[in-house]
Amino acid sequence: MNTISALAGVVIKELYRRKDFYVLFVLTALITVLMGMMRFFNDAKIIGYVKEICLMLVSISALVIAITTAARQIPAERENRTIFPLLAKPVTRGQVLVGKFLGSWLATGIALVVFYLFFGILSGSHENRWPVLIFLEAFWLQWMMLSVVIALVVFGSVTFSAPSANITICMIVVLGILTVGEHLNQVAMQQNQPVGSIISMIYFLIPHLEWFDIHKLVLFNQPPVPWVYCLLASLYALGYTAVFLFAAWLAFRHKPLTA
Amino acid sequence: MRTSRAILVLLLLLSATFTLATVLQPQAARSTAHSPSDSPLNLFMGDSRRMFANHFYVKADVYFHSGFYPSIFDQARDSEVKENHIAAAQQGKEDKPEQEEGMNFLGEPKDWIDRMGRHFRITEHTHLGGENAREILPWLKISAVLDPQRIETYTVASYWLRGIGKTDEAEQFLRQGLRANPNSYQILHELGRLLYENRHDPARARNIWMQALRRWRETQQGLKEPDEGSLERITGDLAKLEEREGHYADAIKWFELTRLHSPNPDDVQKRIDSLRLKLAAPEHP
Repeated sequence: MNTISALAGVVIKELYRRKDFYVLFVLTALITVLMGMMRFFNDAKIIGYVKEICLMLVSISALVIAITTAARQIPAERENRTIFPLLAKPVTRGQVLVGKFLGSWLATGIALVVFYLFFGILSGSHENRWPVLIFLEAFWLQWMMLSVVIALVVFGSVTFSAPSANITICMIVVLGILTVGEHLNQVAMQQNQPVGSIISMIYFLIPHLEWFDIHKLVLFNQPPVPWVYCLLASLYALGYTAVFLFAAWLAFRHKPLTA
Repeated sequence: MRTSRAILVLLLLLSATFTLATVLQPQAARSTAHSPSDSPLNLFMGDSRRMFANHFYVKADVYFHSGFYPSIFDQARDSEVKENHIAAAQQGKEDKPEQEEGMNFLGEPKDWIDRMGRHFRITEHTHLGGENAREILPWLKISAVLDPQRIETYTVASYWLRGIGKTDEAEQFLRQGLRANPNSYQILHELGRLLYENRHDPARARNIWMQALRRWRETQQGLKEPDEGSLERITGDLAKLEEREGHYADAIKWFELTRLHSPNPDDVQKRIDSLRLKLAAPEHP
């Protein structure tokens, strides 16, 4: 466990050494503040569109941070040849994978906390109401979703030849699931066989990341999701995370590192 | 020497392209019906702005339904969800049961993934009411910026602006719409409503509605499928105005016209009959 946490610590330090997070946060804050300064029909009470834009930017930024951070971990170690001294120590390949995953996930979580703090302050100061519970749920569910995404990217980083290919493919897969994932079964019903069965199989196989996006509940001031469903969704996310990490370990355990 | 010649050729080519651009640009503007005052946004986005304008208009409708809205997949399955609900409200129609059924697009959960997913999305159909209705306005404004020719955007925004007491802003927005669509009888009709209901100025409202009627005749008469709904609303409002002003003969004249295009001609006839009785009463001048 100490080994894994040490590896994770390095990844977290990398997050605040690199400029990605700062750039994305400043951009998010700047765009949100500028949009907030706009007045539509001389009405200062309109806030919905600012919240929507801010949440959208937070989601995009978190996804970019998660994917880019996770995608470069293993390839960078191999490219710089630091993987050899690392594996020469009493560290297994499995521990390297888990450490890299955990570091990327925690680093993304830290970034997400900052983003949600900004969103919470912005929303609360405009609306004079502080629905902390739903904000916490939105943060938690998004973070759990990102655990699946990061595990998928870690798997991609030991499968694909270059980080750029991994980032592009993972981004397309994740955005595809988020936008059409929940509708695949409906599409399957309208198709002839065997296409319908294949689409239906994909529907039941893919991780349903759209569950974890509750931005509409936040936007329209809906009551929080019962905690039992948040817990079930978290277990679902952890299950898929374990599957992708296991697949990554299977691909990485005998992989030649000098290619 | 060779370099200076190359620079000379380059400068020549640049001047030629610039000259050509100055000749072609006005012609291109004419052929694509763009005015020289078209904003850089319009020039940059071309006709795709209409698509985005539609997206933002639908977004306003999503806000009106507090996020409970069918996706394109739900709409394909449940094709009866066609009517835009904010527009229906603007035309004075409440959501009828058949429209509400259209909004019951979720149905029963189809599988365990769908059942579980519903705990994380809005599953209750509510409308933004009162002061909260203002949240739809930015999307309508953006939609109008992207597609100034989309008439519904102006009339719908005006209806909701009037609803939250922003009469001046509504009038300003309608006039902006009129500048972009000078022949729009719908915008004139909505402007007349604003003058009548909010400014309490029947004389100006009458003039505007008469103008709307003229525009309707200019643009719709002779068409295979004229917009009879709008004509019915314009003449109906004119009739009600005249009735309240005590001009029963004029009111009857307008109601006669309304009856021809109304989906409920019997109700209109009853109103005409009651007005005829009032007109025949000895106390009426």
